[in-house]
Amino acid sequence: MIRMHDIWRTYDVGDSQVHALAGVDEHIRAGEHVAIMGPSGSGKSTLLNIIGCLDRPTRGSYELDGREIAGLSEAQLSRVRREVIGCVFQSYHLVPRLTAGQNVELPLVFAGVPRAERAQRVAEALDVVGLSERARHRPAQLSGGQRQRVAIARAMISGPRLLLADEPTGNLDRAAGEEILAHLDQLNAHGLTLIVVTHDPEVARRAKRIIVLEDGKIARRLPANELVSVVDALRNLERSV
Amino acid sequence: MSIGVAAVIVLSGLGEGARRYLRGQFEFIGSNVVGVVPGKAETSGGIPGVGGVPNDLTIADARALEREVRQARLVAPATVGTETISAGERSRQIVVIGSTSENFEIRKLELRAGRFLPKAPWERGTRVVVLSHKLALELFPGVNPLGSVVRVGGWRMRVIGVLASQGVRFGMNLDETVFVPVATAQAMFDKESLFRIALQVRPGADIERVKKRCIAILRERHGEEDFTITTPDSILGSLESILTMLTLGLAGIASISMAVAGIGIMNVMLVSVSERTEEIGLSKALGAAPTQVLALFVAEAAMLSALGGLLGLAIGYAALQTASWLIPGFPFHVPLWAATSAMTLSIAVGTAFGLLPASRAVRLDPTAALSGGPR
Repeated sequence: MIRMHDIWRTYDVGDSQVHALAGVDEHIRAGEHVAIMGPSGSGKSTLLNIIGCLDRPTRGSYELDGREIAGLSEAQLSRVRREVIGCVFQSYHLVPRLTAGQNVELPLVFAGVPRAERAQRVAEALDVVGLSERARHRPAQLSGGQRQRVAIARAMISGPRLLLADEPTGNLDRAAGEEILAHLDQLNAHGLTLIVVTHDPEVARRAKRIIVLEDGKIARRLPANELVSVVDALRNLERSV
Repeated sequence: MSIGVAAVIVLSGLGEGARRYLRGQFEFIGSNVVGVVPGKAETSGGIPGVGGVPNDLTIADARALEREVRQARLVAPATVGTETISAGERSRQIVVIGSTSENFEIRKLELRAGRFLPKAPWERGTRVVVLSHKLALELFPGVNPLGSVVRVGGWRMRVIGVLASQGVRFGMNLDETVFVPVATAQAMFDKESLFRIALQVRPGADIERVKKRCIAILRERHGEEDFTITTPDSILGSLESILTMLTLGLAGIASISMAVAGIGIMNVMLVSVSERTEEIGLSKALGAAPTQVLALFVAEAAMLSALGGLLGLAIGYAALQTASWLIPGFPFHVPLWAATSAMTLSIAVGTAFGLLPASRAVRLDPTAALSGGPR
């Protein structure tokens, strides 16, 4: 599903250049559950943003479902973001003045879906995450876990085939985090391709395989069950940074 | 934006009101009156009739016009001067208009008592005078002045009539005026020259043709065109064009204030864009197309300016209402074109100035906008 070849993302800072990503090659197949780990500044979020079409690589080729993303216009990109990809963020990014239902509805509004159909699909999406009774609550009236579930419902409502999660449990306590991860596992079990960025080994362990980034490059690839040694490796890396 | 629109409303209301006021005056006087005054506007350099007089207009000229201009229904020669009038111990400085009986109808005067100047040969000057209402009250308080004798300059004159109050017409206040026969006035001021010959044209006549006829007749008599024919259209026309220029100039100033308001809207929108970067980034991440983001902000700018415009309309109309309450009788009126173009302009300006912030919003990088998230 995802083919990345020699992806670079460079920022110009004054006279010099900063390479957030320095030549990333990777294939991710449909239905995979992949975790991306690495110390701060390694480029995890940048990579995720590029996969999610929220950012463009400075160099390199990124093919999503066989389509080269680099050549797409803004309008085409917005369609991809709407129809193929769903995003879940650490700080939820819900619109505070909208209700939960209205937040979930947003992608459909942008897609021009008629009102009646929207209402039905919102009801279904909230039902899947178990928040049907909270449809009229504002984010401020919801707990962290509930907010993230609303965010998941919003991400899923257009029926994407790829879900990207950036530290989805970062702001949650253990119990709430568990709930979220369970939801994500369920979705993956139904065929959704899931890519999670995390620094938490407990989160990463639930993936099928793990990609470790370091200084903008893929340092290691490993299956999730080899995680213990990775934790040590990470600790070493962070000490030296 | 409200101020700009309100200004346009008020100024155009004033301008149009002035125009209508003038029109009203003209219609009252009669749009079928043609005037001949000595002097050519170009030679004397000013308003015809005021300033240097190259050649006299005489009663004989007036007679010639009366005889030979078929379309002229009434002709009235007039001359003017200032004198002192006295009755008993009371005396006043007044304007003396020497004219004929025809002037009564041409000027649409109204009598309060007695009669106007007699229908007599213009060349004969009798010693009769018609007073204005105000002068009659001042010189003969509580007494009927008809038949009394007054002195105008050194001349003994008999009062034969009193005019009703006419008020101000074109700046000439008839309250301080008396009418005497034209020949009497000529003798009184020792001058043959007339200050004006007025012609009332038959209904349905072509004023331009009458004008040409007068020019032809008088040019033959004078040997040159040292006089000016004023038609209501020409006066109205030049006044109108002055007023139009004034109104347009003021409306231009008002439009500048609208442009300033547009810049204000732009700033408000720019601030709004920067405050809503997260929202914008999120919208794009959720799949909002660039046109949708653009449309959202442009629509907001348009709405802001529309609201401002409506408020301005309300303020403008309210101001004019107050003005017409303070100055009753002045026909304040806002022409439709002013109101609609003000609203249209305000929306257009607001939308145009909203484009820059909107395009800024569109070009926002979703990741930068969402940087409230993790690194």
